[in-house]
Amino acid sequence: MRGIFSKTEIGLLLALVVFLLSQFALPDWAIFIGTISLARGLVVLGLMILWRTGLISFGQALFFGTGGYTVGLLRINTGLSDIILLTVLAILSSGLLAYLLGLLISRYREIFFAMLCLAFSMMLYGLLVNNEKLGGTDGFNVFGLTIFGIPVQGETLQSVNFVWICVLACVLGIGVNRYLSSTMGNLSAAIRDNEIRVEYLGVSVKRTINVKFVIAGALAGAGGAVTTMAVGHVDPDAMVYWLVSGEFVFVTILAGTGNVAAPFLGSILFELLRTYAFQYLPLVWQLTMGGVLLITILFLPNGLWSLVQRTATKE
Amino acid sequence: MALLNTHELSKSFGSVVAADRITVSIEEKEVIGVIGANGAGKTTFVNMVTGYLKPTSGRIFFQGQDITPLSPREITHLGICRSFQVPQVFMSLSAFDNLMIALGVVQKGVIPLLRPLRRKELIDAAGSILDRYGIAEYRDRETGLLPQGVRKLLDIAMAMVHNPKLVLLDEPTSGVSVSEKYGIMDVVMNALKDLGITVMFIEHDMDIVERYSRRILAFYDGSIVADGTPDKVLENEKVREFVIGEEIHRKGRKKAGAKNA
Amino acid sequence: MPAFFSTIIAIVIDGLVFASWIFIVAVGLSLIFGVMRILNVAHGSLYAFGAYVAASMVGWYFNADLPALGSLAVLLASAFIVGIPMGFLMERGLLRFMYGRDEVIMVLVTYATFLMLEDAIMLIWGTDAYFAFEPYAMLGNTEIENLVFSNYDLFLIGLAVGVAVLLWWGLNRTRIGKLLQAVIHDRELAQAFGINVTRVFTLTFILGAILGALGGAFTAPQISVTPGIGVEVIILAFAVVAIGGMGSIPGALVGAILVGVFRAAAVHLFPQVEIFIIYAVMAFVLTFCPQGLFGQVVARRI
Repeated sequence: MRGIFSKTEIGLLLALVVFLLSQFALPDWAIFIGTISLARGLVVLGLMILWRTGLISFGQALFFGTGGYTVGLLRINTGLSDIILLTVLAILSSGLLAYLLGLLISRYREIFFAMLCLAFSMMLYGLLVNNEKLGGTDGFNVFGLTIFGIPVQGETLQSVNFVWICVLACVLGIGVNRYLSSTMGNLSAAIRDNEIRVEYLGVSVKRTINVKFVIAGALAGAGGAVTTMAVGHVDPDAMVYWLVSGEFVFVTILAGTGNVAAPFLGSILFELLRTYAFQYLPLVWQLTMGGVLLITILFLPNGLWSLVQRTATKE
Repeated sequence: MALLNTHELSKSFGSVVAADRITVSIEEKEVIGVIGANGAGKTTFVNMVTGYLKPTSGRIFFQGQDITPLSPREITHLGICRSFQVPQVFMSLSAFDNLMIALGVVQKGVIPLLRPLRRKELIDAAGSILDRYGIAEYRDRETGLLPQGVRKLLDIAMAMVHNPKLVLLDEPTSGVSVSEKYGIMDVVMNALKDLGITVMFIEHDMDIVERYSRRILAFYDGSIVADGTPDKVLENEKVREFVIGEEIHRKGRKKAGAKNA
Repeated sequence: MPAFFSTIIAIVIDGLVFASWIFIVAVGLSLIFGVMRILNVAHGSLYAFGAYVAASMVGWYFNADLPALGSLAVLLASAFIVGIPMGFLMERGLLRFMYGRDEVIMVLVTYATFLMLEDAIMLIWGTDAYFAFEPYAMLGNTEIENLVFSNYDLFLIGLAVGVAVLLWWGLNRTRIGKLLQAVIHDRELAQAFGINVTRVFTLTFILGAILGALGGAFTAPQISVTPGIGVEVIILAFAVVAIGGMGSIPGALVGAILVGVFRAAAVHLFPQVEIFIIYAVMAFVLTFCPQGLFGQVVARRI
């Protein structure tokens, strides 16, 4: 086993087992938070790939929302209801959108890249919010989901969602880990450091960035799909607004980019922090979140994962 | 058929003429020194040949193929590589990792790029390249922290990874101390010696140019004012006036028969 | 007058009114980015603080039965009351320690500040809506054909023009303005010439803060002041600044007018794209001019 999977990947597989078993011991709200965290963690995983390349997107909510609305619209307008199928279709739709957008966006860098992503996400927001048929700011409910032909709802639905996102997170995490150890994955740091050199080595920087953008978009779409199915509702403010993109970036910085597990850990911590802050410090929960972000930027510029790296022995 | 030839290659930036109808022909296995004052058009020439700058007019042919419209990466795959005046390396990565990436991308296409990077064949190749260029002791240090001379060698080593037919070295010894200059040129020329590669190097130090080149191109004000053997070119009046400067005595000129290595 | 004409007039005037509003907010943001290379998300908080302070002060003012026209001066005063101390504190107390960091990191720092200030607003003023409609109402209306326009809205156009002219004069005709332009153009070079860049930063930030608060203060009479107005405005201001070019005053003006007119056109003709059109214009402009219409271009690297 050791030869086929790296340390990180073994860690992910073990985590999968632990998480799956834990659902029998955890209360419902914890399972729900777990589902949401891991789903959002997928978005952050994509952002991590981009951040390693020196790019940050302030508009991942575009793909997160596309994934969610794909699930919602397919559920309402077609007979499709299988959780796995809907997720796959959401990944395809957001991946395709990322491909098309990437053709344009991969020419830009730094703050302009970020702003252009933001612009497109707000364009989608505008279209959804002013669209009465899709429910406007209220959005619409998503229900009647099935798995392997069996209708699921309530607690069972939450369980199934949880199992699904755990498996998805593990598989996609391993996939991204493989990608990051490939030559193209390593090109992230090279592109970030010196694009001219990369071009002179015979590689198209634009095409490489395109691929990364598509991966990030597809991951975000997957996250949006599972979130929508777990919440049972989709609306523009929760899925597409710029504050949502901001939170994803927040978690990316909080978690650090050292390892594919970091986005998931960071996301879980973020959701727990937000839940507790909202519950116990309702008047200052945003103050708390903002403070945590500031402290992380000031004292842990490489994110929380850098703490893990410091305490563990180097490979 | 010439390996590389340019035809009336010109480049203007607004009213500034950086290159003025440069026509030159380069054969295989030549070792050519390129001299000229700053701003004479040497780097512009290299930038155009490697596709980084598009000429205002004129054509460039490599092995008979018109490469004028091609991009740097296409030209790299055709067999022309270059090093840079300011070494273009990946500063946050180690010297070893720099070479690994260069080695990893030698093959064209997307699928080869998806192979794991840290595989034995590349690790071995990177190690031997570091040895060949004498920078093995720096292999694991962050390139941004390395001395300029080491970065220069790394830059050149990365250029050579693609086994080009023609390599253009832009001031390979600039920015390093006098004592290091010859060391670098020796290492580089030795590394290239047995490969039968055509080399063009831009250089300001006349001793180095004399010692290592068999043909010299002298640039002035965007044109080539002299083209020939070192003896002929360095005696050329225009070259003496515009490139070398009359006052400067060239050391080693008096050594009889002092030819290149 | 045919309906077609009155629609055009409505679009133009509504567009200019909206443009004036967003220009006053966006120009401060653009200035700060141009000089300090910081995209200040907390600018939205300054706007919100400006609106809240203005609303509170207008409330006290009218309770004290003072002459109605003076309320405009109260609005102006609010901008300074918010802009100077908050601008100073933000720059000296936080941003100062982060200079030299990556531009994107700076955005996150200002975003964190923004989150914190959102709660600060709710701690101070609670979640209820505040109103300060008196200045708005007292100026009355103007009728053009069958269209009714609020004089306050038209007054805002004048205010925006005044701000633009004042800034233009300040940047081009005063010594300190020329120093600012030098720093915008090339910070390192300006420093090499002996310009006290640190002081320029502080002054610029305070100026930007005052402008942000000014936008909020003069908006207060038009809306119900609630938590979340900062969130909406900052994203709009970004769009304007991105379109116009960061660091450019004429750019902010043109960007604001483009956004205002397109939005007004959408509102009157095709309401489903009211929000969409603004960001579509932003995306369109950025596609062809990534630096914005009046932005700076970057030089050759090797």
